[in-house]
Amino acid sequence: MTNLTHFRTPLRHTPFHPRTASANRLNRWGPWAGCMTSLCYGDVDMEYTAIRNAASVYDLCPMVKYRVTGPDAADYLNRLMIRNAAKLPVGGVHYTAWCDDDGKLLDDGTLFRHGPEDYLICCQERHLPWLLDSAQGFDVQVAEITEEIAALSLQGPCSASVLAAAGLDVSALKPFRMARFPFAGGEITISRTGFTGDLGYELWMTPDQALPFWDHLFAAGAPWGIRPIGTDALDLARIEAGFIITNMDFVPAHQALREDRPRSPLEMGLGWMIDWEKGNFTGRRALLAEKAQGSEWALVGLDVPGNVSAEGSILYHDKKHEAGFVTAAAWSPALKASVAIAQVKARHAGGDNLWVEIYALRELQYVKLMLPVRVVERPFYNPARRRAMPPERV
Amino acid sequence: MPSFDVIVIGGGVNGLACAARLAGKGRKVLLLEAGAVPGGGAGERDFAPGYRAPALAHLTQGLDARVLHGMGLARHGLAFDPVATTVLAGQAAPMVVQGGQTSGPDAAAFAALHAKLSAFARVLAPFRADKPPRLVAEGQPWGRLLRQGLAIRGLGRDDFRELLRMVLINVHDVAEDELTDDRLKGLLAFDATLGAWLGPRSPNSLILYLDRLSRGEGPLWPRGGMGALARAMAAAATAAGVALRCDARVESIFTEGDRAVGVRLVSGEEIRAGLVVSAINPRTTFRALVGPRALDAGFFRRTGHIRSRGAAAKLHLALTGLPDFRGGDPASRLVIAPSSEAVEAAFNPVKYGEVPKAPVMEVILPTAREADWAPAGHHVLSAIVQYAPHAPMAGLEAARSELLENTLAVLEAQAPGLRGRIAHAELLMPQDIEARFGMVGGNWHHGELAVEQMLFNRPLPQAAGYATPLPGLWLAGAGSHPGGGINGAAGWNAAGAILEARA
Amino acid sequence: MTYDAVIVGAGHNGLVTACYLARAGMKVCVVEKNDWIGGAAVSRELYPGFTYSNCSYVSSLFRPEIMRDLELSKHGLQILPYEGGAVFQQGGGYLGMFRDHDANRREFARHSRRDAEAYDIYARDILRFCRFIRPMLMRTPPDPSSFRPRDLAELMWLARQMGALSEGQRAEMVRFWTMSISDYLDEYFESPVIKGYLAVSAIIGTALGPMSPGSAYVLLHHYMGDVDGNVGAWGFARGGMGAITRALTASLQAAGGEVRTGSGVDRIAVRDGRATGVVLANGDEIAGRRVISNMDVKRTFLKHVEEKELPGDFVRRVKAFKIRGSSGKLNIALDAAPVFPALPEGAPMIRGDLHFTDSIERMERGYDDWKAGHYSRDPFQDVMIPTMIDPTMTPPGKHFMSCFVQYAPPKIEGRAWTDADRDGFRDTCLNQIESYSPGFKDRVLHVEVRTPRELEAEVGLTEGNIFQGELTFDQLLFNRPVPGYAQYRSPIRDLWMCGSSTHPGGGVMGAPGRNAAAEVLREAKLKPTMSDAYAVL
Repeated sequence: MTNLTHFRTPLRHTPFHPRTASANRLNRWGPWAGCMTSLCYGDVDMEYTAIRNAASVYDLCPMVKYRVTGPDAADYLNRLMIRNAAKLPVGGVHYTAWCDDDGKLLDDGTLFRHGPEDYLICCQERHLPWLLDSAQGFDVQVAEITEEIAALSLQGPCSASVLAAAGLDVSALKPFRMARFPFAGGEITISRTGFTGDLGYELWMTPDQALPFWDHLFAAGAPWGIRPIGTDALDLARIEAGFIITNMDFVPAHQALREDRPRSPLEMGLGWMIDWEKGNFTGRRALLAEKAQGSEWALVGLDVPGNVSAEGSILYHDKKHEAGFVTAAAWSPALKASVAIAQVKARHAGGDNLWVEIYALRELQYVKLMLPVRVVERPFYNPARRRAMPPERV
Repeated sequence: MPSFDVIVIGGGVNGLACAARLAGKGRKVLLLEAGAVPGGGAGERDFAPGYRAPALAHLTQGLDARVLHGMGLARHGLAFDPVATTVLAGQAAPMVVQGGQTSGPDAAAFAALHAKLSAFARVLAPFRADKPPRLVAEGQPWGRLLRQGLAIRGLGRDDFRELLRMVLINVHDVAEDELTDDRLKGLLAFDATLGAWLGPRSPNSLILYLDRLSRGEGPLWPRGGMGALARAMAAAATAAGVALRCDARVESIFTEGDRAVGVRLVSGEEIRAGLVVSAINPRTTFRALVGPRALDAGFFRRTGHIRSRGAAAKLHLALTGLPDFRGGDPASRLVIAPSSEAVEAAFNPVKYGEVPKAPVMEVILPTAREADWAPAGHHVLSAIVQYAPHAPMAGLEAARSELLENTLAVLEAQAPGLRGRIAHAELLMPQDIEARFGMVGGNWHHGELAVEQMLFNRPLPQAAGYATPLPGLWLAGAGSHPGGGINGAAGWNAAGAILEARA
Repeated sequence: MTYDAVIVGAGHNGLVTACYLARAGMKVCVVEKNDWIGGAAVSRELYPGFTYSNCSYVSSLFRPEIMRDLELSKHGLQILPYEGGAVFQQGGGYLGMFRDHDANRREFARHSRRDAEAYDIYARDILRFCRFIRPMLMRTPPDPSSFRPRDLAELMWLARQMGALSEGQRAEMVRFWTMSISDYLDEYFESPVIKGYLAVSAIIGTALGPMSPGSAYVLLHHYMGDVDGNVGAWGFARGGMGAITRALTASLQAAGGEVRTGSGVDRIAVRDGRATGVVLANGDEIAGRRVISNMDVKRTFLKHVEEKELPGDFVRRVKAFKIRGSSGKLNIALDAAPVFPALPEGAPMIRGDLHFTDSIERMERGYDDWKAGHYSRDPFQDVMIPTMIDPTMTPPGKHFMSCFVQYAPPKIEGRAWTDADRDGFRDTCLNQIESYSPGFKDRVLHVEVRTPRELEAEVGLTEGNIFQGELTFDQLLFNRPVPGYAQYRSPIRDLWMCGSSTHPGGGVMGAPGRNAAAEVLREAKLKPTMSDAYAVL
């Protein structure tokens, strides 16, 4: 008998699993990119509070990672992605996205430049065939290294203080920059990035550093009430920050079964990232045509009256004609308001006479609400400490 | 430095036709040919001292009538002679087939089948004469499509139904249904699959026969050979004002501001023009000349999926005397394909990169028509041998010698004593054909002619109307609709599309 | 007495037609030549205590609308999903398939990381084609040569279906329908064993190889079913495939219909150009206002109708109908579960389908044997052990194994199969299994061997073709079974067809039977008893 037993554990454990498992008092897990991930450790409200008040730790290991190296790395990424990868300095990070030939989004993610010819793509979905096919004709190597890197996201107003207590002085690190720091005879990489719209850092290490680092970080962070958080709390924070997530706010073009589902970066409010002057990139011609003709859809932030979350609701114009749908919504503890991210037909992007139909479940019965909504700027919540230099110390 | 409206890459039949049509409409056209003479697959070559053979193609089903008349090729000395077919099978007497006429027990059935298929071919032929229809409602040439549709329906209810039934059928089943004589079944199977990477039992093989019939009624020999055809076309193109440069191999197509604006030759010379038209292989055009940077990744990936497996080898024999094919007319086309099953059996091994034991083939003796192609009393034999693996498992040389041996054994059986008269033998395998003629995979159509690569899917949906995703770059070669076969329709249509876009 | 409808053949389609007609108030009688019902959806006890699925062995295509309309669950039918499967590789390895997406991706990634991810895109693309084609299953094909309003409306409906797609998707669909599965898979995958596994559905039951153009469509034919919304999933009928026809029979009887077994039809009675009933082999005549044949088109018109009653053109077309059998079947009673050393301990794959051909090339070479008039020397086998899931078919601890085998030609080198051929075929298959499962043969209690000869003799499938006719474009849609007669009617008034020779073809789907019933009711001006096909949202 062969001893392949992976079918018994369809979801992988991350390198932090021994710690996350013991912390997960509710045993609430969900699948994320083939891994077990904590949805909630014990109390979603307190976990959210840690993000906005102190220091929170989220296990980022399942995030899919590709390393792109070689003389044509910048050229390759410029053909692949909508933003200009050549302009990203070594030691820099930027948010970016990439499309298929039709100019429809395949994914968004962060791009890290470790060296002139050495980049790391961090994203939500898997793209190996597309990344390899895109490499035809380029002198690059593309390798999936998801399992070779362990990562934590440390977010919250005390995160710089916690790191300092852990012996990692990040005070010189500007937003969207990264640096290497010694740890236990080795090194870890810290980037000032995150998905909460707050002050925060992402910490990148090898899997064998994972448990020692976790222990070190939590010991150092104890005075600030550092606490592990699950996906539910993070999702609340990201909605307040107005961030979108692949497969929650848009369907990636390679996965869409229905042809009308994919969306372009222009439609998803990512047009600001497109570098039209850098030469051809995949989807450029289609996006130019879209720019000329006008987009069909638009992504908007909504202020919803009352205190009921508009999750999963349909939007109407003049209470009658379907105009779009909510992709993410929550009651925002920071704003004390109900906010939503929605896709609307582009002609309704101004929000005039736009209504949301909410089915609110109250003791087994749905209460139907039809409420006027207001289109507002994203992020909904944008504290100054998010970008402050030097970072806030508390 | 002269500036041009259009650069056409590739001086094959389609490149010549395209360039001539554009020049005829007043465009300043530069035609760049990598070889020493234009013609591409239509040419001739001294393959042994004193012996000349067709370089690749040795017969044509006829040039597109628009090319023939539009270029005034008769004025440039081009004339064709029809070539009858002689079927050789086993020990039976040779059987002569001309169009639908033949002898034997199936004479009437064959004539009826030929008439039916010719009628189908006639109503399908108009599709060859323009851009392939797009699968959209907007912007279609509805008048023309309606006329073509009515012509198809005009076959009458029964034949219309019959066409819908047969359009994607395999040729083996048709032969089985309609004929009893293995020799005619073999001929039908052979002619349908000639130049294809299919066996007669493969579904969608009959349409290749219809396509052949829609090009012309039967095989033709250009007087003076294929080289004479190419020379006449070159002369006509030059007369129309085309600047023709040979020995000018294009290394790359360069772009500026998201537009193809010129070409760079291997010599380093750069030539600019308003448009670049590629009449060479589409895969080579996109993957080697344009490269990935100017093209989207999905499209570039698909250019690698243009299937282009060549399964035909080309045999040239220098013979010290006239071989005797059991009394078959040496000036005819001699087909050795004893049955449909034999054709299928010859196809089987190439699927695995192996060589057939008993290949099937089309043989002509050019010296029966052009006596000066060999020393007095000597002869040249030219044969298309099927099937040959495009990627032989055993390696090129081992496969070549095995296929040569098997081919000569088949020939010897039909023309006893032939092997004793061979002064020189050359067998071009698909890989040789690729190297010599730039045909990817050695496929003569620059991309397999198969239903899934026809019409709006040829060579790819995004480049099927001769325009490509790269502004300023057009296609005009056999890799585009309606394919190759020393016909010129693709090049002529491409010129029409370019003129229409600019009008 | 005169029945409203006499249906010839108690296969699943004949019973489906009968049920729908009976529910419309028609007096129906199904006549069956065998002493048992079921046709090719049959379960018999050929070894004491063991229930076999003698012909068809898995279910996916059977339309849930039919199960619901005919209340088959009330009459005992249960469809059970099964788990994944495995391809055994030469040299001791395997490729496993799992229902869990992540487990499956990690398993595929063992063979190719790229292919593991490409599979998701491939599955999406295939599902797109399925969504397009499924609504066509439960509709009568239009006659494109007709100008009748109904045909024109139906052609318009088809055009609108196409119109819902993008231009690129339309071109892609035409390409897919006409390609070989081998070429199609090459565009996605690099691993030979993954390609070998995925090519399987493109050849099952068909006289094509994986390298034959048109085989990609056949794959779709096997993917357009579902088990409870899992499109492309397959399952078992609890109690064997005969449970489907048993439930149909019960449903028919509850609606007042009759089934007469042991009543082989000698000929269909035709008077003044109308079918008036059937004459049984024993001379009895059963009168009917209409006769509906569940037999394949060749058997119906070339064996049971006098040629003089038919137009010459029709006869010529029927004679040319392609119905070459390509498969055989071994049904095996096992004393104990077989052991496959390549599989890990406790692997769930044994509850799914097991294959031994680990490359497309091996399958294609098997097809070359078939073309030359021989069964494959290294056959493709689809091996299932339904008793790993279904506890009702054998005594506890014992097992029933179903081996679907390809390729097997209708004739061996141009002559009829002999018993010696059949034994050689059996041994070839058993030896292949034994080589992956040492000791397997010692556990065999009984083997039922079905070559195309047995399939034709017992089930009545001409040339042993399990789909009652090949699934190539010249025999699909409005071309099935022959152009001009794709709307379940025949040239003879009141003689109808409802078998798999008609649109949309074979597989235990029931759609031909349902569509035929819809046409009969329409012509009889009776209210339809069938619900609309489930919409594809």
